[in-house]
Amino acid sequence: MVQILIHAVEQGLLYGIAALGVFITYRILSFPDLTVDGSFVTGAAIASSLLVMGVNPLLALGVALLAGVLAGTVTGLLNTRLGITDLLAGVLSMIMLYSINLRIMGRPNISLLRTDTIIRQVEHTFSFLGGFAILGFIALVVLAIKVGLDLFFKTEIGLALRATGDNEAMITAQGVNTKTMKVAGLALSNGLVALSGALVAQYSGFADVGMGVGTIVTGLAAVIIGGSLLRSRRVVWMTTSVLVGSLIYRVAVMLALRYGYVIGFQASDLKLVTSLLVIVALVVPAFRARLERRVRAC
Amino acid sequence: MLRLEALRKVFRSGPDLVVALAGVDLHLERGDFLTVIGSNGAGKTTLLNLIAGAFPPTAGRVWIGGQDVTLQPAHCRARRIGRIVQDPLAGTAPNMTIAENLALACQRSGRSFRLALPRRRRTQFLERVGGLRMGLDRRLDDPVYLLSGGERQALTVTMATLSRPDILLLDEHTAALDPANAVAIASLTEQFVDDLGLTTVMVTHNMEQAIALGNRLAMMHKGEILTQLLGEEKAKMHVEGLIALFARRHITEDELLLERIP
Repeated sequence: MVQILIHAVEQGLLYGIAALGVFITYRILSFPDLTVDGSFVTGAAIASSLLVMGVNPLLALGVALLAGVLAGTVTGLLNTRLGITDLLAGVLSMIMLYSINLRIMGRPNISLLRTDTIIRQVEHTFSFLGGFAILGFIALVVLAIKVGLDLFFKTEIGLALRATGDNEAMITAQGVNTKTMKVAGLALSNGLVALSGALVAQYSGFADVGMGVGTIVTGLAAVIIGGSLLRSRRVVWMTTSVLVGSLIYRVAVMLALRYGYVIGFQASDLKLVTSLLVIVALVVPAFRARLERRVRAC
Repeated sequence: MLRLEALRKVFRSGPDLVVALAGVDLHLERGDFLTVIGSNGAGKTTLLNLIAGAFPPTAGRVWIGGQDVTLQPAHCRARRIGRIVQDPLAGTAPNMTIAENLALACQRSGRSFRLALPRRRRTQFLERVGGLRMGLDRRLDDPVYLLSGGERQALTVTMATLSRPDILLLDEHTAALDPANAVAIASLTEQFVDDLGLTTVMVTHNMEQAIALGNRLAMMHKGEILTQLLGEEKAKMHVEGLIALFARRHITEDELLLERIP
């Protein structure tokens, strides 16, 4: 049981990186970005293909991140320069990435079971830590990313990015090109999502062209679960809450998969239940506000 | 400092055509303070939008400090322009703190990956906000959505001073406030215009205010500047005189929809 819980925490942290990406677009930029369903796989596909070719795992992670940055940039340009609405720009990128991901992998899935992944290297190098080597490594990587993001959002450019999502007219009047800011935010977000995909592929030992379906929804689930537990508008607490949300979500998934059969739950029901969870989480605050004001819908 | 040449703006086309600005010429020297009055739809806000670059003019040119900025997008010329509008919510980012909003206004040296709120800046902000005597210095890390309309407008004015513009555009920026706050914000603005020697264009519905403030006054109607009063002529003007001026152009007081009482 402890071993399974550790696995759930490891997954929660790895998918937490993608959730941080979703947080940047959804919460900071107020831009619902669907590109992530594609860029998550792009990261996994690129890292896996490179690893199979014998490339250094760190380098493979770097290339995967850059590919995500590129994918986000494309969505950003579709939206800001060509005037395609945010949702549609993301959908178009996502669908384009589906074909591109298949091109990258050359087949629908790649197995990494016989490949020297970064996870296996860590396990080998820090074998004296036993079962906690991988958990420690993942926790350090995720913590570094979180602290890096927190610092970035305290810089002048980071502040301008937050203001772009908060009051676009105001920050334009302060001399910021909000189009550039949106592209940069989308690039950063999808870079993180692709990095997450690359790590998840190495962790689970395979990349599959369908592994990204629902990344946006699980990301939102983490953002919303975390946000409802840790209500704060300070960025440091918001990024913390996203990671906590991702952990809780993965533990819940683990429990559902393990004990859900009692109520007839199947693994294939996961995406349905997750989406219902997000719907409830999105609707409850509005509903509660309406109750408080005693206003009826007409 | 600011020069407008035959500035014209037409919205929509064909039978729906609206001429918002029908050719406006204006020349302001550094330190000039122009107040603009006129009825609804006279083109006052369009005039400010064209100066700020919210959209390009249909015809004519805009010069700022000897540079033709007619086709420059808003964010490029924003460094030289401060703008405060009627809505107190418009000038600040609600989910960011007072200190962060102030830091957003410090843009003269450009933006980089420096930390936005080093201790030196916080001390400077504390002093600035403390000078408002609104108790905001104790709330530097509060998000701005918690502030009242008057407090938010005071913050917007303070931000405009920090950004050190050459030109200040005021669009009825005291109209949405209660009388006490309106007076406080007006005097705060006046003080900072004097201190920095800004070139200012102020749109107002309030005739008393239009006469009391600044060294020039323009009356607009249907997209044109009808009359401009300068120096002595403006200093001697009073509300009755202004109404008489409008009457001579066959514009009634009702049409003006101006407030006579401050």
